[in-house]
Amino acid sequence: MKRVPLVLGAILAVVLVGGPWLPQWAMFIVTIAFARGLVALGLMLLLRAGLVSFGQALYYCLGAYAAGALGRFLGVSDIVVEMLAGGAVAAAVAFVLGFLLARYRGIFFGLLSLALSMILYGLLVKNEALGSTDGFNILPSRLFGLRPGPDWVRYIVMACAAVIAVGAALLVHRFLGTPLGRLAPAIKDNEIRVEYMGASARYAVHVKYVLAAALAGVGGALAATTVGHIDPDMAYWTTSGEFIFIAILGGTGNVVAPFAAALLYGAIHTTAYDLSPNTWQMSLGIALLLLIVFLPQGLFGRFAWK
Amino acid sequence: MEVILQARGLCKNFGAVSAAAEVSAAIERDSVVGLIGTNGAGKTTFINMITGYLKPDRGSIEFEGRDITPLAPRDITRLGICRSFQIPQLYGSLSVFDNMMVALGVVLANAGRGGFFSRGHPVVPGFDAPAEEAAQRLLERFGLAEYRDRNAQVLPGGVRKLLDIALAMVSRPRVLLLDEPTSGVSAGEKFGIMQMVLDGVRAEGATVLFVEHDMEVVSRFAQRVLAFYDGRIIADAAPQMALADPEVKRYVVGRHA
Repeated sequence: MKRVPLVLGAILAVVLVGGPWLPQWAMFIVTIAFARGLVALGLMLLLRAGLVSFGQALYYCLGAYAAGALGRFLGVSDIVVEMLAGGAVAAAVAFVLGFLLARYRGIFFGLLSLALSMILYGLLVKNEALGSTDGFNILPSRLFGLRPGPDWVRYIVMACAAVIAVGAALLVHRFLGTPLGRLAPAIKDNEIRVEYMGASARYAVHVKYVLAAALAGVGGALAATTVGHIDPDMAYWTTSGEFIFIAILGGTGNVVAPFAAALLYGAIHTTAYDLSPNTWQMSLGIALLLLIVFLPQGLFGRFAWK
Repeated sequence: MEVILQARGLCKNFGAVSAAAEVSAAIERDSVVGLIGTNGAGKTTFINMITGYLKPDRGSIEFEGRDITPLAPRDITRLGICRSFQIPQLYGSLSVFDNMMVALGVVLANAGRGGFFSRGHPVVPGFDAPAEEAAQRLLERFGLAEYRDRNAQVLPGGVRKLLDIALAMVSRPRVLLLDEPTSGVSAGEKFGIMQMVLDGVRAEGATVLFVEHDMEVVSRFAQRVLAFYDGRIIADAAPQMALADPEVKRYVVGRHA
């Protein structure tokens, strides 16, 4: 149980101390990796219970729009407030939708989650007040009421992202050790037995679904404030596909994996786009193919760190 | 003797097939009851109705004086009735030890312990020990200690049966229903496994109902026999008497009087 907190602490220290020496573009990649890693961390929770959500972009987008709406309608652009709001809105919506989704498994769970994310996409595209297909720009990031200078904004956002992501990873790590967290592989293996042991599989799935959504909401808000712009494509199914790619790349072995995988994904994506802007999807596709053939359990699947 | 489990007039039809027709039985605390009958006679339906998996069309089931007929399986489990399965229901991707830990986790969670905010290693109710120790104790009692770190998927048949039963014992049930505990176990091992199971279960103080096809096992271990035929109980008596009953001989044992 000791190793994961140590690794997470080391990551946080490296990002905070080494951060100022990174070039701006690298800070951007690292911050986005934290955002996507948060979403993948939630997906990992669901994957452990054998559930694949093809619609995690729903909560990613909700988190982003919650952060954007704070600035657009209330003039609030504090990074921490944005992330908390993103997580809270996503969790609240997931709590309600969870009553429906927690009843389904396998392909039905996957496609239902996909359908829900596409409903949000459809609503946003038709909504003029929220910028329709163009989306809208996010107010410049602030922290505790202060507006960092242009040279420091990226670093401040990255540092906040690191603190929140490491905190979330620690909480999830602790959750995995609780009876409810331990139930995940049991639900995947044999739900009948779970019920006959006196536990409710549906309740356990509901809790994990809400946690996953909250993480995706925080990730969405973080991405919004990092990129400075949001649009309905954040809810599109291809965005969900990216998150599944990252979650599978990382595997379900430990809570560090989703972040490492998100960073690697960002690196592959950026390099592929740089080398060949018109066929970057092909490069990404080949990378996924190689991954499934050679690392079916993900980058860290073999290391179930204790 | 005090009655712990009472079935009254249970009826269950699957289309035109009657799996239970006015089944009534009173089970006494601390007894060991064998359920016999040919395939399709209604034994497993009886167990499924007691554990809430199937709801009877008519009739009621009382456990310690409380009507449990409308409850879901997990609520019945929480009250103290557990079961094993004819085909062991294990967590195939986990080790034997982790199978036990998942089960003990459920017991902890139902007791409001071991949650996100709890510290250290909470004590499992009924074991006076943390989950790790309770798991080890149960594994030793059921002869599973040597398989502790083996994956549940690759265990030999008899060991799978024992783990299935050990999982049912985790919440210290007061009534344990065993569905064919020795099926799929070689003839030579049957008595040994049954002895170990009953010793283990009795040490925990549970009333036992077991479904069994081997009449030698039944007459050796059961104190009382319920013989099922065509959805009815045709005999309810001590083993020697029940097995000597002409109807039982004809329909269940298969030897004509």
